[in-house]
Amino acid sequence: MIFDIPYMVTIVLPALLYAVPTSLLLLASSAIIGNILAVPVAAARLSRNPLLWMPAYVFILLMRGTPLLVQIYLVYYGLGQALTPEIMREFPFLRDGIWYAIFALSINTAGYSGEILRGAILAVPHGEIEAARAFGMSRWVVFHRVTLPRAIRICLPAMSSEMILLLKATALASTVTVYEVLGVAQAIRIETYRVYDTLIGAAIVYIAMVFLLTRVLNRIERYLNKDRQAMSAQAA
Amino acid sequence: MKALVVEDVHKRFLDLEVLKGVSMSANEGDVIALIGASGSGKSTLLRCINLLETPDSGRVYVSGELIRMRGLRNGHAVPEDQRQVDRIRSRLGMVFQSFNLWSHMTVLENVIEAPIHVLKLPRAEAVARGEALLAKVGIAEKRGHYPSHLSGGQQQRCAIARALAMEPQVMLFDEPTSALDPELVGEVLRVIRQLAEEGRTMLLVTHEMAFAREVASSVIFLHAGRIEEEGPPGQLFGAPRSERCRQFLASHLGEARRVKA
Amino acid sequence: MASKSDHSLWLDMAWGAEGWGDEFAYGLALTVQISLAGYAIGLALGLLGAFAKLSGRPWLRFIGDSYTTTIRALPELLLILLFYYAGTSALEKLLVHAGVASEDLQISPFVAAIASLGLIYGAYLADVLRGGIQAIPPGQIEAARAYGMHAPLRFRRIVFPQMIRYAIPGMGNQWLNITKDSALVSVIGAYELLSAGRGAATFTKEYIFYYSVTALGFLGLTIVSMVVFVRIERRANRGVRRA
Repeated sequence: MIFDIPYMVTIVLPALLYAVPTSLLLLASSAIIGNILAVPVAAARLSRNPLLWMPAYVFILLMRGTPLLVQIYLVYYGLGQALTPEIMREFPFLRDGIWYAIFALSINTAGYSGEILRGAILAVPHGEIEAARAFGMSRWVVFHRVTLPRAIRICLPAMSSEMILLLKATALASTVTVYEVLGVAQAIRIETYRVYDTLIGAAIVYIAMVFLLTRVLNRIERYLNKDRQAMSAQAA
Repeated sequence: MKALVVEDVHKRFLDLEVLKGVSMSANEGDVIALIGASGSGKSTLLRCINLLETPDSGRVYVSGELIRMRGLRNGHAVPEDQRQVDRIRSRLGMVFQSFNLWSHMTVLENVIEAPIHVLKLPRAEAVARGEALLAKVGIAEKRGHYPSHLSGGQQQRCAIARALAMEPQVMLFDEPTSALDPELVGEVLRVIRQLAEEGRTMLLVTHEMAFAREVASSVIFLHAGRIEEEGPPGQLFGAPRSERCRQFLASHLGEARRVKA
Repeated sequence: MASKSDHSLWLDMAWGAEGWGDEFAYGLALTVQISLAGYAIGLALGLLGAFAKLSGRPWLRFIGDSYTTTIRALPELLLILLFYYAGTSALEKLLVHAGVASEDLQISPFVAAIASLGLIYGAYLADVLRGGIQAIPPGQIEAARAYGMHAPLRFRRIVFPQMIRYAIPGMGNQWLNITKDSALVSVIGAYELLSAGRGAATFTKEYIFYYSVTALGFLGLTIVSMVVFVRIERRANRGVRRA
């Protein structure tokens, strides 16, 4: 067991790079589904109707109060068991662990992002909402034209950190047979007994992905926050 | 037909009765200034007209249409039909003390937002209207800027353009110059004066006594939730009948003089 | 819950050889132990990391910053695997080579679990504690210096108590995170609550039930921790006026 850099560069890293699209698929689909679901979760959590806010409160508590790995096992083994063999025959792709991983990562993100969005909605200046109402906008128009866009801009920094955490969380999919970056690294490790090359190779790939994602998120943040930047940075 | 009628409006916040039965009306083209000490209820009265506060009792008519309300057992009331409220609000142009521009939208986007999403105006038409109004209030060149890049006076002029873009039947001004630095008050008052000269129906809550005297067709002095005195500006400012109005004017005109000096 | 037998699955949560209750209780106790020990190591490393990041010496700052950014960029599961498979074998060789340990030294998953969680949370706590130190008004430290307090005394009497007060909310969050991340050590074979749940679920094939019980165990730990931290925060903020 030695750290063999040529082996890592020629054998391990190409295999891991080949798995990067799977990691990114997990990230992108869970981010999109999770953040879309976060909107009704936050809206329900802020409702005065107990039939709405209580379930939302319990959902957020469950998602944030239990380990993601337990949620993934519950979805993969539990849901996988609940699906009858007939359904499995009809939809053979359901045998693939990736759908369960996306499902678990999405609802988990919905819980975390929902709580972030709730705080941001509460932070939208009341006067801007009142102005919208004063011009006769209906509750829905006020929400999707003023409250929500403002809230999203307010919580962008928190959301960015959340997306980095989500990228790292995709590594847990390896525990339910998904061959994303860590999954492939583990497979090579178990097959070859090489621990340094494989795991350090995976670490390099994750650091690169986190670095790139950080840059992309900064771009998005700068684009959406152009209303708060200095005049000079602005195109006329 | 009256542009605006308010009948016996009461409003209570917890155990504080802010409006104790206020009635007033405005004809087309009237410019009515509401004055009074802070806490007298003048802003609440304005906010009761477009239902940003729901009156506990009383009636509000906007160009003849009664806003239907339903009394609750706890003494408060709620609008019967939110859609009617939204429709009536779209005919009342509100200008706030703290501007309340939508900070994630540019100046032009602020002005065209409600015409597009409430009046369902085609975008091109809303933009044409918006640009004309921005030119009118003198900030046409700021159309692509965000509110945070404007001075307070420019923000308030943008807010006035935003209200005018709805082509409202009545303009409501809630202390439009109170949040401004003294040197920026003039540019906003100039715009409001121009609107008054065009014959717009306006309700103006203000502390600018000299301005009220100059542009208003009638003045209402509120005290402790009631109309204490009302009349044409010459009479109310020149020879107030009520002792409280006289005291209020004496202290405020004095203040104004001190500020000028 | 899909129960195949006609009796309630909750009866299987009994104590002793017949039921899974004692396994879950043992697992929960180990989860708490691993979390507490990992958190203690994390606090020690975090304190060192915070001072390194705030140090005037560039090389110390570099070490502190590299430590926190690297750990923060890597998945916790990967770090645990890396530490267990790569780190411990290197450490074992080193210790044997140095003659400190005998040839058959083998670091247990339990120890590796605690050490790796400590290493991970040291980085997160370093940033929390650094924030706590930066929140102290510099005038207060200056005042302590002006009255002739020497550095260790200044730290013990002025910096440390205030740093902790400012850092308590962040420290609470990291505690909640470490209790949840402790479930990851089941992957390297350290026994804790999720290992107990997986044992029961795999043996009985009642996945939904036993993983739900596992989730409830962690949820209970989270709720108890939240209550405790609210109390601690209230105590720590005695005499502090809230704006």
